[in-house]
Amino acid sequence: MSSGLYEPSAIQQDRIVFRRRQAIRSVLLAALSTAIVGIILGVLITGAPGWDRVRQSFFDPSIAVDWLPEILEGLWLNIRMLVFCAISALALGLLIAVLRTLRGPVFFPVRALATLYTYSFRGLPLIIVIYLMAFGIPGLRLQGTPSVTVLGGAAIVITYGAYLAEVFRAGIESVHPSQIAAARSLGLSYRQSMRFVVLPQAVRRVAPPLLNDTVALQKDVGLISLAGPIDAIRAAQIGVAQTANFTPYVVAGVLFVLLALPLIGITDWVTLRAARRQNAGT
Amino acid sequence: MVLSCTDVRKTFGSHVVLDGLTLDVGEHEVVALIGASGSGKSTLLRCVNLLAEIDDGVIRLDGEDITDPRVDPDAVRQKIGLVFQSYNLFPHMSVLDNITLAPVRVHKRPANEARDQAMEWLNRVGLADKSGSYPDKLSGGQQQRVAIVRALVNSPRLLLLDEVTSALDPELVGEVLTMIRDLKGEGMTMVLATHEMGFARQVADRVAFLDKGRVLEQGPPEQVLGDPVEARTRQFLARIIEAGRL
Repeated sequence: MSSGLYEPSAIQQDRIVFRRRQAIRSVLLAALSTAIVGIILGVLITGAPGWDRVRQSFFDPSIAVDWLPEILEGLWLNIRMLVFCAISALALGLLIAVLRTLRGPVFFPVRALATLYTYSFRGLPLIIVIYLMAFGIPGLRLQGTPSVTVLGGAAIVITYGAYLAEVFRAGIESVHPSQIAAARSLGLSYRQSMRFVVLPQAVRRVAPPLLNDTVALQKDVGLISLAGPIDAIRAAQIGVAQTANFTPYVVAGVLFVLLALPLIGITDWVTLRAARRQNAGT
Repeated sequence: MVLSCTDVRKTFGSHVVLDGLTLDVGEHEVVALIGASGSGKSTLLRCVNLLAEIDDGVIRLDGEDITDPRVDPDAVRQKIGLVFQSYNLFPHMSVLDNITLAPVRVHKRPANEARDQAMEWLNRVGLADKSGSYPDKLSGGQQQRVAIVRALVNSPRLLLLDEVTSALDPELVGEVLTMIRDLKGEGMTMVLATHEMGFARQVADRVAFLDKGRVLEQGPPEQVLGDPVEARTRQFLARIIEAGRL
């Protein structure tokens, strides 16, 4: 540590003054350009010839207030679906990713099935999976067929599981082989090396993309409305049909964004932390 | 003999790395492997640890053929410690967890007993205050000493050291070499691949010069490093002296 009496030299003081002036200038410029862009956008939209009609049919406050409770009730279903689907899809994805890394001839069918699964369900549109599951399975008229909501949720889990499996696999493959060599050299079995050494590092590394997929999942949970259950989107659709006004859709859209914000915030925070950790290491 | 390698052959595609290599290591003996890059030093250590599968020949540990495919490689590795050039500590675990992982998970020792033993070792090597730190907060020399402790807590019959000082800044090499010298004093059987000729001279009972996948010359360090018989050994040492590493 240098002495506490340190005083910046004249040159350094001049630099500090200059940089401070530059910083103030940047802030002012940013504020000015933001204001200009905002005014232009406002004029363009509110000045458009059809703006009054659009405002009436998309931004009607009284309709918004009327339908908010129904949509919120529907949203509660979305939230429950989100929690269930996110946890199940993450677990399924991890399981599939690990199955794909198994070695040895005995596991060939397991590997092949897991690979087939990730290939086909990443290609298959979610909407089709939901239709097939929610309408096809009850069509079999088996005893104890679960409700359409559960089947729709299962469709989401199966589809997202395939994506998440690939993210997990990328994470597993990103762990350097020298880590496995170190684990095996200590006498750990292949399974123990995976569990204690590879997977913890893999999951940490792919946490940001995993969370990003979870954000995407939270929107797609709304697609189960196609199968019939009254979620936020279906509730809004009913509102639109009854009022002949699109405002309920806007309300549902805003609610979805609000629901996503915390998750997006967590994703950014985790990403930032991961980047910082990576830079901390040599 | 603790370790006995006979006519070991290892190829990568058409490239022959070990070409009928034969080497014996006795109890409490320290053997230094020297030789140019690509002469097969690291490959031999990886083969002994069964991280790489040999293409011919036999490797015996305490008389048992460990290269027999019917042998459980995990059981063999539990008896052989390996320390890497790049430390290979587990970055997501604290120093203490790195050390106790194998004792707890492989040797099924009680966690508190493993922890006490690990702390004892860390005390001995002056790293007790780092037990809760993560590897990225440690210097290279400290990381390598932790890696050696991690191998030692499994009480191996044989310790393999693969260029353990090559990745270190010069001023950090000493602390690792001191630790290895202490281990020799305790009678640990070791095979070390090294570029530190001075260290090989001090700590090794025998120096083996590897060339083109064979042991070309071996003997007491004074003889192999001071008055080598083979022309290729002399060439190699001349280059080392030229580079100022002897």
